[in-house]
Amino acid sequence: MRVCVQAEPFDLGAESNAFAAGVSGAGAVVTFTGLVRDNGGALAAMEIEHYPGMTEKAIAAMVEQAMARWSLADALVIHRYGRLAGRDPIMMVATASRHRADAFAAAEFLMDYLKSRAPFWKKELSADGAAWVAARDEDEAALKRW
Amino acid sequence: MMDVLYFAWVRERIGLPREKISTQAATVMDLIVELRGREERYELAFGDLDSLRVALDQELADFNAPLAGVREVAFFPPMTGG
Repeated sequence: MRVCVQAEPFDLGAESNAFAAGVSGAGAVVTFTGLVRDNGGALAAMEIEHYPGMTEKAIAAMVEQAMARWSLADALVIHRYGRLAGRDPIMMVATASRHRADAFAAAEFLMDYLKSRAPFWKKELSADGAAWVAARDEDEAALKRW
Repeated sequence: MMDVLYFAWVRERIGLPREKISTQAATVMDLIVELRGREERYELAFGDLDSLRVALDQELADFNAPLAGVREVAFFPPMTGG
């Protein structure tokens, strides 16, 4: 498993290829990528704050939980922080398993937990000013299915 | 002495990313009550407990968690990762 919390952009294609090339015994690789919504061009930038130290530990714990629960060959999480522009990739999850069901389920589990249990906070900047993105009740409710 | 960290709008309302606090508070809730009584800016940050989360030594915790032996307390709004 690999967890990267970074300010730098990442290359989705290169990361996906390297991840797929590095797993053995897997017949399925699932990747998910989250992009900054540009709100129809209204967004000037997004600033993502995080809790250095806790962020890495919290994500590693989620990945370990996923590896214990599903039959995964490997898992990868990359999440950016700092200032991002509209449509920039924010984060990606990749999971690999022998058959696709485990990889899909583990990727969904990781996404649901990253939304509500990884210490990141998003702030949207637009011509109207700056506003913190509020947590959504649906995101909290999504954890119940696991 | 304990390091107290603030993130996102909690940090903005208090006006500090972190501070060292000397306290006898036994639980997180005791610490919140103590800070709220200090100054208006803490009252603004901690007024709505439904939108406040806490981590003790970088692990999520409840407001009734004890502070004995804790070195780092962090207060922040619900997380919005992903």
